[in-house]
Amino acid sequence: MKQMNVQQLNQLIPGTILLEGHASTLYTKAFASDLMSDVLRFQMEQTVLVTGLCTIQVLRTAEMSNITCIIFARGKRVSPDMLALAEEHHITLIESALTLFEISGRLYQGGLEPVYR
Amino acid sequence: MKFCYEITGGDFSAGGSASSQVKKTLKQFNIAPQVLRRIAVALYEAEMNVVAHAWRGSMCVNINVDHLSVVVEDEGPGIEDIDRAMEEGFSTATEEVRQMGFGAGMGLPNIRKNSDEMELTSTPGIGTRLTLTIRF
Repeated sequence: MKQMNVQQLNQLIPGTILLEGHASTLYTKAFASDLMSDVLRFQMEQTVLVTGLCTIQVLRTAEMSNITCIIFARGKRVSPDMLALAEEHHITLIESALTLFEISGRLYQGGLEPVYR
Repeated sequence: MKFCYEITGGDFSAGGSASSQVKKTLKQFNIAPQVLRRIAVALYEAEMNVVAHAWRGSMCVNINVDHLSVVVEDEGPGIEDIDRAMEEGFSTATEEVRQMGFGAGMGLPNIRKNSDEMELTSTPGIGTRLTLTIRF
Protein backbone atom coordinates (compact mmCIF):
# COMPACT_ATOMS: atom_id res chain seq x y z
CA MET A 1 0.00 0.00 0.00
CA LYS A 2 1.36 3.38 -1.04
CA GLN A 3 1.99 5.82 1.79
CA MET A 4 2.71 9.51 1.42
CA ASN A 5 3.25 12.51 3.63
CA VAL A 6 1.64 15.94 3.15
CA GLN A 7 4.46 17.28 0.96
CA GLN A 8 4.36 14.25 -1.31
CA LEU A 9 0.59 14.31 -1.77
CA ASN A 10 0.57 18.05 -2.35
CA GLN A 11 3.10 17.63 -5.17
CA LEU A 12 0.44 15.64 -7.01
CA ILE A 13 -2.02 18.56 -7.04
CA PRO A 14 -0.20 20.99 -6.29
CA GLY A 15 -2.13 23.32 -3.97
CA THR A 16 -1.30 25.86 -1.28
CA ILE A 17 -0.53 24.38 2.13
CA LEU A 18 -2.11 26.85 4.58
CA LEU A 19 -1.28 24.91 7.68
CA GLU A 20 0.74 21.81 8.37
CA GLY A 21 -0.62 19.73 11.25
CA HIS A 22 0.97 16.37 11.99
CA ALA A 23 3.92 16.48 9.58
CA SER A 24 4.82 12.85 10.24
CA THR A 25 1.41 11.38 9.30
CA LEU A 26 1.47 9.05 6.30
CA TYR A 27 -1.68 8.90 4.17
CA THR A 28 -2.90 5.82 2.31
CA LYS A 29 -6.50 6.75 1.39
CA ALA A 30 -8.62 9.67 0.19
CA PHE A 31 -12.33 10.44 0.43
CA ALA A 32 -14.05 13.13 -1.65
CA SER A 33 -17.40 14.49 -0.48
CA ASP A 34 -19.36 17.67 0.13
CA LEU A 35 -21.69 15.74 2.43
CA MET A 36 -20.29 15.60 5.96
CA SER A 37 -22.93 13.01 6.98
CA ASP A 38 -21.21 10.59 4.61
CA VAL A 39 -17.72 11.44 5.88
CA LEU A 40 -18.93 10.46 9.36
CA ARG A 41 -19.97 6.99 8.19
CA PHE A 42 -16.56 5.51 7.44
CA GLN A 43 -13.22 4.75 9.07
CA MET A 44 -11.07 7.74 8.26
CA GLU A 45 -7.70 7.09 9.85
CA GLN A 46 -4.79 7.97 7.47
CA THR A 47 -7.34 9.42 5.04
CA VAL A 48 -7.22 12.75 3.20
CA LEU A 49 -10.58 14.52 2.90
CA VAL A 50 -11.15 16.36 -0.40
CA THR A 51 -14.16 18.68 -0.30
CA GLY A 52 -15.78 21.65 -1.96
CA LEU A 53 -17.69 22.49 1.23
CA CYS A 54 -15.96 25.24 3.19
CA THR A 55 -17.59 25.68 6.60
CA ILE A 56 -16.54 25.30 10.22
CA GLN A 57 -18.43 21.99 10.32
CA VAL A 58 -15.91 20.46 7.90
CA LEU A 59 -13.27 21.01 10.60
CA ARG A 60 -15.55 19.59 13.30
CA THR A 61 -16.27 16.55 11.15
CA ALA A 62 -12.54 16.01 10.61
CA GLU A 63 -11.87 16.34 14.33
CA MET A 64 -14.51 13.73 15.21
CA SER A 65 -13.41 11.28 12.48
CA ASN A 66 -9.66 11.49 13.20
CA ILE A 67 -9.03 13.14 9.80
CA THR A 68 -5.78 15.13 9.87
CA CYS A 69 -5.61 16.51 6.31
CA ILE A 70 -8.24 18.41 4.29
CA ILE A 71 -7.95 19.64 0.70
CA PHE A 72 -10.44 22.37 -0.25
CA ALA A 73 -11.33 22.24 -3.94
CA ARG A 74 -12.77 24.74 -6.47
CA GLY A 75 -10.88 27.71 -5.01
CA LYS A 76 -12.78 27.77 -1.72
CA ARG A 77 -11.10 30.03 0.85
CA VAL A 78 -10.64 28.96 4.45
CA SER A 79 -11.96 31.48 7.01
CA PRO A 80 -9.93 32.66 10.06
CA ASP A 81 -12.16 30.71 12.51
CA MET A 82 -11.68 27.54 10.45
CA LEU A 83 -7.93 28.12 10.49
CA ALA A 84 -7.95 28.59 14.27
CA LEU A 85 -9.87 25.34 14.82
CA ALA A 86 -7.49 23.48 12.48
CA GLU A 87 -4.51 24.83 14.41
CA GLU A 88 -6.00 23.68 17.71
CA HIS A 89 -6.49 20.14 16.40
CA HIS A 90 -3.31 19.92 14.27
CA ILE A 91 -5.20 19.44 11.00
CA THR A 92 -3.35 20.12 7.73
CA LEU A 93 -5.23 22.44 5.34
CA ILE A 94 -4.58 22.71 1.60
CA GLU A 95 -6.38 25.04 -0.83
CA SER A 96 -6.62 24.27 -4.54
CA ALA A 97 -8.33 25.94 -7.50
CA LEU A 98 -8.90 22.55 -9.17
CA THR A 99 -12.22 20.70 -9.17
CA LEU A 100 -13.00 17.88 -6.76
CA PHE A 101 -12.87 15.52 -9.74
CA GLU A 102 -9.41 16.57 -10.87
CA ILE A 103 -7.88 16.53 -7.37
CA SER A 104 -9.37 13.08 -6.76
CA GLY A 105 -8.04 11.84 -10.09
CA ARG A 106 -4.54 13.06 -9.36
CA LEU A 107 -4.50 11.51 -5.88
CA TYR A 108 -5.83 8.22 -7.25
CA GLN A 109 -3.22 8.20 -10.00
CA GLY A 110 -0.60 8.96 -7.35
CA GLY A 111 -1.51 5.78 -5.50
CA LEU A 112 -4.01 6.76 -2.80
CA GLU A 113 -6.85 4.28 -2.33
CA PRO A 114 -10.59 4.66 -1.65
CA VAL A 115 -11.82 4.12 1.93
CA TYR A 116 -13.64 0.99 0.69
CA ARG A 117 -13.97 -1.01 -2.51
CA MET B 1 -17.53 11.19 36.33
CA LYS B 2 -20.38 13.21 34.88
CA PHE B 3 -20.28 16.25 32.61
CA CYS B 4 -23.12 18.27 31.10
CA TYR B 5 -23.08 20.75 28.22
CA GLU B 6 -25.70 23.13 26.87
CA ILE B 7 -26.55 23.05 23.16
CA THR B 8 -28.15 26.03 21.38
CA GLY B 9 -30.56 25.33 18.54
CA GLY B 10 -29.64 27.00 15.26
CA ASP B 11 -26.09 27.91 16.32
CA PHE B 12 -24.13 26.17 13.57
CA SER B 13 -20.81 27.83 14.37
CA ALA B 14 -20.82 26.44 17.93
CA GLY B 15 -22.31 23.09 16.87
CA GLY B 16 -19.88 20.32 17.77
CA SER B 17 -18.18 22.12 20.65
CA ALA B 18 -19.82 19.89 23.31
CA SER B 19 -18.73 16.71 21.50
CA SER B 20 -15.28 18.22 21.10
CA GLN B 21 -15.03 18.80 24.85
CA VAL B 22 -16.06 15.21 25.59
CA LYS B 23 -13.54 13.83 23.09
CA LYS B 24 -10.81 15.97 24.67
CA THR B 25 -11.70 14.67 28.15
CA LEU B 26 -11.81 11.03 27.02
CA LYS B 27 -8.38 11.34 25.35
CA GLN B 28 -6.89 11.41 28.85
CA PHE B 29 -8.10 7.86 29.40
CA ASN B 30 -6.69 4.75 27.83
CA ILE B 31 -9.37 4.30 25.16
CA ALA B 32 -8.64 2.79 21.71
CA PRO B 33 -8.68 5.44 18.93
CA GLN B 34 -11.40 3.56 17.00
CA VAL B 35 -13.66 3.52 20.07
CA LEU B 36 -12.93 7.19 20.62
CA ARG B 37 -13.96 7.89 17.01
CA ARG B 38 -17.22 5.92 17.43
CA ILE B 39 -18.03 7.96 20.55
CA ALA B 40 -17.10 11.28 18.94
CA VAL B 41 -19.11 10.58 15.77
CA ALA B 42 -22.22 9.44 17.70
CA LEU B 43 -22.10 12.48 20.01
CA TYR B 44 -21.45 14.91 17.16
CA GLU B 45 -24.36 13.56 15.11
CA ALA B 46 -26.61 13.82 18.17
CA GLU B 47 -25.41 17.35 18.92
CA MET B 48 -25.94 18.47 15.31
CA ASN B 49 -29.47 17.05 15.43
CA VAL B 50 -30.24 19.36 18.36
CA VAL B 51 -28.61 22.32 16.57
CA ALA B 52 -30.49 21.54 13.34
CA HIS B 53 -33.95 20.76 14.72
CA ALA B 54 -34.46 21.91 18.32
CA TRP B 55 -34.60 25.18 20.21
CA ARG B 56 -32.25 24.22 22.99
CA GLY B 57 -30.87 21.10 24.57
CA SER B 58 -28.22 19.48 26.70
CA MET B 59 -25.72 16.65 26.47
CA CYS B 60 -24.77 14.78 29.64
CA VAL B 61 -22.07 12.12 29.58
CA ASN B 62 -21.25 9.75 32.39
CA ILE B 63 -17.83 8.11 32.20
CA ASN B 64 -17.87 4.66 33.82
CA VAL B 65 -15.12 2.05 34.15
CA ASP B 66 -16.00 0.10 31.01
CA HIS B 67 -18.52 2.25 29.17
CA LEU B 68 -19.81 5.74 28.44
CA SER B 69 -23.46 6.57 28.98
CA VAL B 70 -24.93 9.60 27.24
CA VAL B 71 -28.23 11.49 27.51
CA VAL B 72 -29.06 14.12 24.89
CA GLU B 73 -32.31 15.94 25.63
CA ASP B 74 -33.91 18.82 23.81
CA GLU B 75 -36.86 21.15 23.79
CA GLY B 76 -38.13 21.30 20.25
CA PRO B 77 -40.65 20.09 17.71
CA GLY B 78 -39.95 16.44 18.55
CA ILE B 79 -40.15 13.52 16.11
CA GLU B 80 -43.55 12.48 14.73
CA ASP B 81 -42.57 9.03 13.53
CA ILE B 82 -39.41 7.57 15.11
CA ASP B 83 -39.36 4.48 12.86
CA ARG B 84 -39.30 6.68 9.77
CA ALA B 85 -36.65 8.99 11.31
CA MET B 86 -34.43 5.94 11.81
CA GLU B 87 -34.60 5.06 8.09
CA GLU B 88 -31.54 5.95 6.02
CA GLY B 89 -32.30 8.89 3.76
CA PHE B 90 -35.33 10.20 5.66
CA SER B 91 -34.84 13.82 6.71
CA THR B 92 -36.85 16.89 7.63
CA ALA B 93 -33.79 19.17 7.63
CA THR B 94 -33.97 22.70 6.27
CA GLU B 95 -32.00 24.05 3.31
CA GLU B 96 -29.62 25.80 5.76
CA VAL B 97 -28.78 22.47 7.41
CA ARG B 98 -28.15 20.86 4.01
CA GLN B 99 -25.82 23.69 3.02
CA MET B 100 -23.73 22.85 6.08
CA GLY B 101 -23.20 19.33 4.74
CA PHE B 102 -25.85 17.60 6.83
CA GLY B 103 -29.53 16.71 6.58
CA ALA B 104 -29.14 13.69 4.32
CA GLY B 105 -31.01 11.41 6.70
CA MET B 106 -27.90 9.57 7.81
CA GLY B 107 -27.55 10.94 11.34
CA LEU B 108 -29.76 8.63 13.45
CA PRO B 109 -28.77 5.43 11.56
CA ASN B 110 -25.13 6.44 12.05
CA ILE B 111 -25.65 7.02 15.78
CA ARG B 112 -27.16 3.53 16.05
CA LYS B 113 -24.21 2.05 14.11
CA ASN B 114 -21.65 3.69 16.40
CA SER B 115 -23.28 2.90 19.74
CA ASP B 116 -23.87 -0.38 21.60
CA GLU B 117 -27.27 0.62 22.97
CA MET B 118 -29.57 3.38 21.77
CA GLU B 119 -32.97 4.53 22.94
CA LEU B 120 -34.91 7.36 21.32
CA THR B 121 -38.14 8.79 22.70
CA SER B 122 -39.99 11.91 21.66
CA THR B 123 -43.11 13.91 22.35
CA PRO B 124 -44.13 16.03 19.34
CA GLY B 125 -44.24 19.70 20.27
CA ILE B 126 -42.28 19.13 23.48
CA GLY B 127 -38.91 17.54 22.70
CA THR B 128 -36.73 14.52 22.21
CA ARG B 129 -34.58 12.34 24.46
CA LEU B 130 -31.76 10.12 23.22
CA THR B 131 -29.82 7.75 25.48
CA LEU B 132 -26.71 5.92 24.35
CA THR B 133 -24.29 3.40 25.78
CA ILE B 134 -20.89 2.87 24.19
CA ARG B 135 -18.53 0.27 25.65
CA PHE B 136 -14.79 0.96 25.76
